[in-house]
Amino acid sequence: MAKSQQLAVQQKKEVESKEEKTVPARYYLPNTDIFETDDALTLVMEVPGVEKKDISVQLENNVLRIEGRIDFSKYDGLEPVYSEYNIGHYARAFTLSEKIDQDGIGAELADGILTLTLRKAKKALPKRIVIN
Amino acid sequence: MVMWLADPFEALGELQRALDSFRESNWLQSTPSGTGPYPPLNVFRKGDDFVVVTEVPGIKKSDLEVQVKENTIRIAGAKSVEYSDNASLHRRERSAGRFDRTVTIPVQIDADRVKAEYRDGILALFLARAEEDKPRSIKIA
Repeated sequence: MAKSQQLAVQQKKEVESKEEKTVPARYYLPNTDIFETDDALTLVMEVPGVEKKDISVQLENNVLRIEGRIDFSKYDGLEPVYSEYNIGHYARAFTLSEKIDQDGIGAELADGILTLTLRKAKKALPKRIVIN
Repeated sequence: MVMWLADPFEALGELQRALDSFRESNWLQSTPSGTGPYPPLNVFRKGDDFVVVTEVPGIKKSDLEVQVKENTIRIAGAKSVEYSDNASLHRRERSAGRFDRTVTIPVQIDADRVKAEYRDGILALFLARAEEDKPRSIKIA
């Protein structure tokens, strides 16, 4: 069913943060899917145009911060004549409700998609309770 | 261009402001052959040529189709979003589906010299302006 559906344009949402950035450039919120399996939490984020070296993922006090920076030097010498979307860095932060194994964060980048796999800490794994 | 000589932090800001000012112009007319406005396009001029840039994150190179004919370009493909089995979904913002967009560029393109590049979810089409379409300076006798 999903295959036959027509794709619609999703407008980029600008980051509205309490903290301000020191640089004047705009930041956008990457579209994100989050799903959970028995042993991991997976975040799938759309960060088109961001290279591997320009992504930073930080986990501190249960807050996961993701930042992806655009290398705008690729647009050097290009003069805009028509525009339907804006270009900017990406930033987003999530407060994790579950205990995450800090060493077990896997990150992968392919075709503009960042996939973060956060393994749950041992004690946060659901325990099956057998009813006698 | 003076625009790029400013400090590096300012350069992106300048680009973003410049992009804003080209919003909602009807430079690219939609044509009846295509369906829908996805993917969104940015068009840049580079010397005599044009560069069309679009963001199509999550689409495999093999799922993208680009056609050029005279001065129309068609970008078509499909995007799929998959979750592993028995996953419980917390947040769902990405969308999947087919797309097919045809746009007419207001200049003649040399179809043989069109280059397409796809990297990190960004598709860039380098459209070479047809030789006969380039402006010629006329000597005033």
